[in-house]
Amino acid sequence: MSVASLSDLSAAPPTEKLPPVRGYWASVGNRLRYDYLTIFFLSVIAIIVVLAILAPLIAPFDPTKSHMAYRLKPPGFRNFMLGTDELGRDMLSRLLWGGRTSLLMGIFPVLLATLVGGSLGVAAGFMGGRTNTFIMRTMDVVFAFPSVLLAVAISGTLGGGAKNGMLALTLVFIPSICRVAESATTQVRGLDFVEAARASGGSTLSIVRTHILGNVLGPVFIFASSLISVSILLGSGLSFLGLGVEPPTPDWGLMLSTLRAGIYTQPLLCALPGAAIFITSLSFNLVSDGLRQAMDVKA
Amino acid sequence: MWYYAARRILMSIPIALGVSVICYTLVLLSPGDPIQALLPPDATPEEVAFLKRAYGFDKPIPVQYFYWLMRAISGDLGISLQTNRPVFTEVMGALSNTIVISVGAVLLAFSLAFALGTIAAYNAGRPADKIATGIAVVGVSIPNYWLGIVLVIIFAVNLGLLPASGMGTKGSTNFDIFDWEQARYAILPILTMSFVPLGIIMRTTRSAIAEILNQDFVQMLRAKGLGPLAVLRHATRNALPQVLTVMGLQLGYLVGGSILVETIFAWPGTGFLMSKAILTRDVPMLQGAILLLAVTFVTINLLVDLLQTAVDPRIKRA
Repeated sequence: MSVASLSDLSAAPPTEKLPPVRGYWASVGNRLRYDYLTIFFLSVIAIIVVLAILAPLIAPFDPTKSHMAYRLKPPGFRNFMLGTDELGRDMLSRLLWGGRTSLLMGIFPVLLATLVGGSLGVAAGFMGGRTNTFIMRTMDVVFAFPSVLLAVAISGTLGGGAKNGMLALTLVFIPSICRVAESATTQVRGLDFVEAARASGGSTLSIVRTHILGNVLGPVFIFASSLISVSILLGSGLSFLGLGVEPPTPDWGLMLSTLRAGIYTQPLLCALPGAAIFITSLSFNLVSDGLRQAMDVKA
Repeated sequence: MWYYAARRILMSIPIALGVSVICYTLVLLSPGDPIQALLPPDATPEEVAFLKRAYGFDKPIPVQYFYWLMRAISGDLGISLQTNRPVFTEVMGALSNTIVISVGAVLLAFSLAFALGTIAAYNAGRPADKIATGIAVVGVSIPNYWLGIVLVIIFAVNLGLLPASGMGTKGSTNFDIFDWEQARYAILPILTMSFVPLGIIMRTTRSAIAEILNQDFVQMLRAKGLGPLAVLRHATRNALPQVLTVMGLQLGYLVGGSILVETIFAWPGTGFLMSKAILTRDVPMLQGAILLLAVTFVTINLLVDLLQTAVDPRIKRA
């Protein structure tokens, strides 16, 4: 074998043309493109997010200003497109502003829990041994609480407020995310390419970054996305119980709880904030399912 | 099997201890001095010091925790600040009411979900599957505190068929589900509660049966000439243990997470008790309820695990 023969080989023109290789993300994108259900609900989420962000600009009234003469008015009364609540505040404005707090309660705890739980899970899975036992057994204890109970327990004893509510939700989600990250890491850790990276002198940090995270982020991301819907439901539930956002801040859960008193006179008003919670949580659920299928991640 | 059972039971002990540590820590972290809560505002410093010693608050925190745990194990969870009755008896009384609606909801959810899930798996990809899967997604996405209100608007306010809240005039103890006068109060709470487990059990059933229908022995059954119903009979029998496990776990979640539904319907269970305790800042009651509910949840999970091992011979656990 001479150098010349090798260069001959590389210079030889390909005999047949191979089809272009599609990358992972390109194939995910391609699968999503034909998933009309997911696209539809993704646009619903986009609309809700945009409406919530633009609330200060598009809300027709100040969401906390009450018009005492016009309490519990039906939709379409004067300038109040969706009616007024028990203190005469404009429902449409409150729903728009409420979307901000409700979305924040839904997304922020999941993000934070993904960061903390994901890191803990990768650490537990990669280090194994006692570290793993310690981290995972601690998570088991937190798992021994049903999620609603734990959220209520934390914000009930620490006192209400949006901050404690979000802290409670974060703590509720950490163990489950940690478990997903841990099991994905443990599966990858023993594989040959990790061994090869170590043998060729890769530092722990670089192995984790390039080889572990690449295989763990997918399942963790999909799992976390499915928690957003749970977080919205639980967050609004806490506000409903008086443990989350404090009045007069507009929040869907809180609106539901105060409008409950008016179900005999204006049942429709009470149904509105709940419908907002329902549509948002349904959209996040379906988009998460669609992403799971497109990214081909096992539950 | 017996070895596994013994091991599993022993494993629950550290978890239960961990749960008690969390309950204790939560109260330590909660704002307000527990002594202040026990005394009238005009108590003298001597009285405060006496009570501090009597409750062991002058000891280091781990020692205090140990005292508290010993009392908790013997069933002494303190006295409710609101009712002046022992927390343990109050919570236990409420727990039976919670179990009534939780068991009702999980049974309702199971019977619907198992049928829907089977239909969906058998017709995978067809409209029947899409409809059933859609029902499941709605079940887990709908806020049950809103669903409860909507059901009240429909059945209590508009139609006047069912009571909107409470448990009736016969009182909150000795609930008899076979007495229509009492049972009608449980219908809306049970219906509201059943949506989430319906969605989750239906998804489990669908994936379990779909997996079984792909196995070789099902091919063989079909080749033998069995009709769809006979094939499904085999498939459902094989899927049942897995689905029943999920149902058991869901029961635990319902008992532990009943607070929202019970608050809406003023159903006098543990959730309603907690919701009242939160409003009145009745910390001993809240702590006791959380501890007992978490222990109940751990116990239900343990029982489900043991039952599953006993029922399904395919699971061999060392």
